[in-house]
Amino acid sequence: MSEQVESLIRKEYAAGFHSAIESDTLAPGLDEDTVRFISAQKQEPEWMLDWRLKAFRAWQEMAEPTWAHVHYPEIDFKSISYYSAPKSMKDRPKSLDEVDPELIATYEKLGIPLHEQAALAGVAMDVVFDSVSVVTTFREKLREVGVIFCPISDAIREYPELVKKYLGSVVPQKDNFYAALNSAVFSDGSFVYIPKGVRCPMELSTYFRINELNTGQFERTLIIADEGSHVSYLEGCTAPMRDENQLHAAVVELVALDDAQIKYSTVQNWYPGDKEGKGGIYNFVTKRGVAHKNARISWTQVETGSAVTWKYPSCILKGDNSVGEFYSVALTNNFQQADTGTKMIHLGKNTRSTIIAKGISAGRSNSAYRGLVRINPTAEGARNYTQCDSLLIGDRCGAHTFPYIETKNASAVIEHEATTSKVSDDQLFLCQQRGLDAEKAVSMIVNGFCREVFKELPMEFAVEAGKLLEVSLEGSVG
Amino acid sequence: MLEIHELFAKVEGKQILNGLNLSIKPGEVHAIMGPNGAGKSTLGNVLTGRAGYDVVSGEVTFNGKNLFELEVEERAREGLFLAFQYPVEIPGVSNMEFLKASVDARRKHLGLPDLSSFDFMKLARECSQKVSLDPAFLKRGVNEGFSGGEKKRNEIMQMMLLEPGLCILDETDSGLDIDALQVVSAGVNAMRDGARSFIVVTHYQRLLDFIVPDYVHVLANGKIVRTGDKELAKELEAKGYGWLEQESV
Repeated sequence: MSEQVESLIRKEYAAGFHSAIESDTLAPGLDEDTVRFISAQKQEPEWMLDWRLKAFRAWQEMAEPTWAHVHYPEIDFKSISYYSAPKSMKDRPKSLDEVDPELIATYEKLGIPLHEQAALAGVAMDVVFDSVSVVTTFREKLREVGVIFCPISDAIREYPELVKKYLGSVVPQKDNFYAALNSAVFSDGSFVYIPKGVRCPMELSTYFRINELNTGQFERTLIIADEGSHVSYLEGCTAPMRDENQLHAAVVELVALDDAQIKYSTVQNWYPGDKEGKGGIYNFVTKRGVAHKNARISWTQVETGSAVTWKYPSCILKGDNSVGEFYSVALTNNFQQADTGTKMIHLGKNTRSTIIAKGISAGRSNSAYRGLVRINPTAEGARNYTQCDSLLIGDRCGAHTFPYIETKNASAVIEHEATTSKVSDDQLFLCQQRGLDAEKAVSMIVNGFCREVFKELPMEFAVEAGKLLEVSLEGSVG
Repeated sequence: MLEIHELFAKVEGKQILNGLNLSIKPGEVHAIMGPNGAGKSTLGNVLTGRAGYDVVSGEVTFNGKNLFELEVEERAREGLFLAFQYPVEIPGVSNMEFLKASVDARRKHLGLPDLSSFDFMKLARECSQKVSLDPAFLKRGVNEGFSGGEKKRNEIMQMMLLEPGLCILDETDSGLDIDALQVVSAGVNAMRDGARSFIVVTHYQRLLDFIVPDYVHVLANGKIVRTGDKELAKELEAKGYGWLEQESV
């Protein structure tokens, strides 16, 4: 197989434009002064700067991890700029009317209207451009029911008690190399607090955009769902097409207190690099949530972008009867590499976790599922179900599965299923013999393969995700 | 409708069809029989354009068009249908979604608008009942977990929905019990309307008791060595193919 399948995976990356927006960009380099500069830009209190510096000092002692099944040239962390903000954001626009129209136009081009009246009904959005949040819609309306949804830099100043209590409580500063770097230099991201018993009336969403050259994006997101509350949150991301690789190292922390539910969905579409593997985003992300008693955390991700992805959204099932879920579609094409999966750490009694991971490899790409299920001695009656499916398109790509299971309680029930299949010539021929062209056929087959995961996405985004797969697969058959 | 002239074709470098000639007029049913390896299935695959089946020389026109100038899907939209001997599964893609897309592709080719979901559902239910397939199958993945007989009935249902001009049934009877065979045959017979043509590839005369052909051709060593009516099939059942293969050498 087949040049047929080969040439079907090739479509233009639609979000690859650069916006001519004047920015204040910090000169490349990384030392304590960089950390101090970022903290000063954000007008942060002293405690926050100390927190960052502690992280930075720890990072300097740490080594870049090499265990993942990905290969890329060594990153020179001193050649990256760690802060870039549109000039027009300097005076902190009070409302959307004061925001640079060029910025608004950028998002319109990406299909994201920022005016509340034009926005997707029922979706509030925080919009992060390089290192700063440009606007957060429906902030006031959410405030009426006690929901806090704002840039994390605002939260540090306005809600210091909440931030102090929870920042780093799930992903400590020294957790890993990239998390430590992020803790030192993070610039913006979203902060969410849902008060006790409140069901958040809207989908919350953050859209990340990297625009400036040689800039890294280090966003930090913290979501706290207080007892008995519910929230559904979605993030999306894109970047211009460039020959240089760019670094994106985010940290996301979720705290689901007793009886709370957090559903976190990601549609990741960072620039994946070109057909020859030139350029693209290095996506090194730490995402983790803690579920207290009877709480539920659900991660859903559709990963189609980035040159290299290193990402394991995880759940610590701390409270009794808590539930963790991970639904993932990771698609790699051309020279993309993905090493992604999850960790389910069972601590409480009768904790349950479900992992459904779908990997699709096309072109010369490589995708790996890496997952850990750990049942601690305290986790009486824990259950896990893992299903890991790989789909290969063409015969020059690879799929790898690295499941780790550690059980220290004999009452645990763990199931693991894994399959590897190919989009076969026979399937393609059946579709074509029924009048479908090869491209439609491949996207239909791939969508069918992903069905179990797509049904977990909020409705508006399930359709988007399907389309995104189609775009990412273009040219993979022909 | 279909004119095959001196067709030579290879599979994996091996010559399988050796100068095959066949002419099919609207409304006719042609049965093709022959020993294993004679090229029966190859004919259907060559006509529909399956990858790996290479035409060496010869001409085929379908509805007056040079078949070999059309892509696989264009041939299908033009009204050429192959009911597979071994239909493949497409997990997760619902039968309904798959069938709607293929019916719409055919309709678009004919200059017709897409069917509404409602009209399509109605049509699909009717067709599934005609082949005694529970409409619940429409919601399942394409052939996913279907038994051999269910897959074959699903093929006939697709044929009914697409209303092709020429249907090629590739050993549709293989693996069917007698009840399923009757259901499938009744489905095919219901589609005989005087305009639609059929090529019925089979090993056994049994199927031809249900789908009565106008012509029976014996394929051996890649060409047609004998043509007759349905009585020829009975003769083959009694005598085997050996005597014809001898003659064709």
